[in-house]
Amino acid sequence: MTAAFLTGADAQIEVPLKRRLRRAERARQLKALALVLPLLLFLLFTFAGPIAGMLWRSVDDREVRQVLPQTVVALADWDGKDLPDEKAYAALASDILAARASGTMAIAAKRLNYALNGFRTILTSTARNLKAAPEPGTAKETLGKINPAWRERTTWTTIKDASGPVTGFYLLAALDLTRNADGAIVAAAPDQAIYRNVFTRTFIISLSVTVLCLILGFPVAYLLATLPPGRSNLLMIFVLLPFWTSLLVRTCAWIVLLQSRGVVNDSLHWLGIIDEPLRLIYNRFGVCVAMTHVLLPFMILPLYSSMKAISPAYMRAAASLGAPPLAAFLRIYLPQTLPGIGAGSLLVFILALGYYITPALVGGAADQMISYFIALYTTETANWGLASALGAVLLLLTLLLALVYGKLVQGQQVTGGMKN
Amino acid sequence: MSDNSSLRTPSQRIAWTATIVIATLVFIFLIAPILAIMPLSFSSGSYLTYPLPGLSLRWYDDFINSPRWMTSLKNSMIIGVASTLLSMVLGTLAALGLAQWKSRLKPLVLAFVLSPVVVPGVITAVGLYFFFAPIGLTGSYLGLILAHTALATPFVVITVGATLQSFDTNLARAAASLGASPLDAFRRVILPLILPGLASGALFAFATSFDEVVIVLFMAGPEQRTLPREMFSGIRENISPTITAAAVILTTVSVILLATMEGLRRRNERLKGSSA
Repeated sequence: MTAAFLTGADAQIEVPLKRRLRRAERARQLKALALVLPLLLFLLFTFAGPIAGMLWRSVDDREVRQVLPQTVVALADWDGKDLPDEKAYAALASDILAARASGTMAIAAKRLNYALNGFRTILTSTARNLKAAPEPGTAKETLGKINPAWRERTTWTTIKDASGPVTGFYLLAALDLTRNADGAIVAAAPDQAIYRNVFTRTFIISLSVTVLCLILGFPVAYLLATLPPGRSNLLMIFVLLPFWTSLLVRTCAWIVLLQSRGVVNDSLHWLGIIDEPLRLIYNRFGVCVAMTHVLLPFMILPLYSSMKAISPAYMRAAASLGAPPLAAFLRIYLPQTLPGIGAGSLLVFILALGYYITPALVGGAADQMISYFIALYTTETANWGLASALGAVLLLLTLLLALVYGKLVQGQQVTGGMKN
Repeated sequence: MSDNSSLRTPSQRIAWTATIVIATLVFIFLIAPILAIMPLSFSSGSYLTYPLPGLSLRWYDDFINSPRWMTSLKNSMIIGVASTLLSMVLGTLAALGLAQWKSRLKPLVLAFVLSPVVVPGVITAVGLYFFFAPIGLTGSYLGLILAHTALATPFVVITVGATLQSFDTNLARAAASLGASPLDAFRRVILPLILPGLASGALFAFATSFDEVVIVLFMAGPEQRTLPREMFSGIRENISPTITAAAVILTTVSVILLATMEGLRRRNERLKGSSA
């Protein structure tokens, strides 16, 4: 038996061992994948799915075709140049009567009102005054008599634009754009064109906070990286304690400090520096101060770890070669902290872009960032299409920046590995 | 640079002093607001200013006797503990799998797993609001636990993954060669070694859920309001000293979490130091 085993093994020793190893490796890989799979499925349900749903909602446009189905069909082959024919008017009249009976008119009215202000009134007045289905051939005349808006081309192009099932309407609106009656993309009416302004404001606030964090964070990170470990560990608590303290606690603390009868104003008044309380909160100043406070640890920690990796030998070498301290700092030390500055700044900027709670609590009406409008349209006005479109733009911006961040951090790891 | 001998020139000494002064001011900026509101919660008056008219525990009394605040504390605990447990199971399994998995897709999968940290809270909240409402998961504990687990799991994957990276896989092989079943090897060799990593992952996960407010704002019914959610409406309506009491309680929880984390880190460093 031993002999048989040996000869058998002898004959096939090369290939089966390799194959067996490969098979074992494949089994190991499958097992590894099986361990990751529960989390992937979980995130599909609780994260990716919901976000995909939100993205879908930003182009979803089925309200009008659901409430006015015959009109949508009748308008399908209308070229949009002149008023539609009698057939479309008859279809609309019949749709309106059906919608009035089922009580679904409000759904279409709401959607059409987004595209054309006053459309809700057109529909409700028509529904109220249309007693019965018009005689064949008189629909155009009857509807025009009830509301002259039906004699205008824009009324009908609005319905055609909203026939769905998908639309670019919300995404265009999120960028202050719209389609005119001829289907060309043009700038939105000034009273609706507010989002570019909001995005700019979001950018300015995020950028200010990032710059403030960098200015305040750099000396701290430098100190922590240069002090002996015992002392720097102790001081690190000053960075980590705020980091772990609840966002709500920190925001609340700033309100207590900065409000008009708050600790800062009271102290200044008591010291005789001011007579009237300064306006320190519910404005841009308050937002920037509170957000800088919340995000500063995210700047200090990456800066600290990049500075920690710089060998003091470089600076000593520069000094021994006769470089003045400032030149050595600017030309030897600072360039080596650039990856840390990049990572910290990007991280703070990305986190600041999506901020909601802090501006909502310490900002005024003119300091609300994009997230505020997304929340507003979701829960207050239920304009879910627009909320989703604004969310889609914010998500795209965030993911692009996160991609840059990922590349930056990955590059750092590669160069770091090469240095060691 | 830390020893004074390297600070040869006066300009260097000035620069170093300036660094210390600026850094001290920043440390004050970081800590002072948190420290400033603490004494206010012990005030006997109802204005949030100094000097305090007297000391009392009336606002803590108010907190403990208010069903609203106590329910919110209970809710925060229920949701925090449940999502910590769930994210520990999912995150540890995934970290173990990712440590062994070799594929070109791995960076992509890792990016996907970590993305809940990067995506703005409002976007996740809006998506969940649309997605969970039709299936009855808004206004329920389960919905909030699932959502918070999604946010917390990346931290578990990162911390446990980092521990596994420094873990010597030969130990697992040695256990297997000595006849331990994979489950036995995990329970008696791997688990004790990665336990500190698991503990910091759990702390991160709990802190994430305990501090989260945006998703709760969108998804919680009146029954599920958490402590941060109650603070949010409290700050919006009118800041009473009871909120500062709640803030002190929340901060105490944070300090406990931070202290545990530091303890774990120091223990880990000590172990590494003794083995080297």
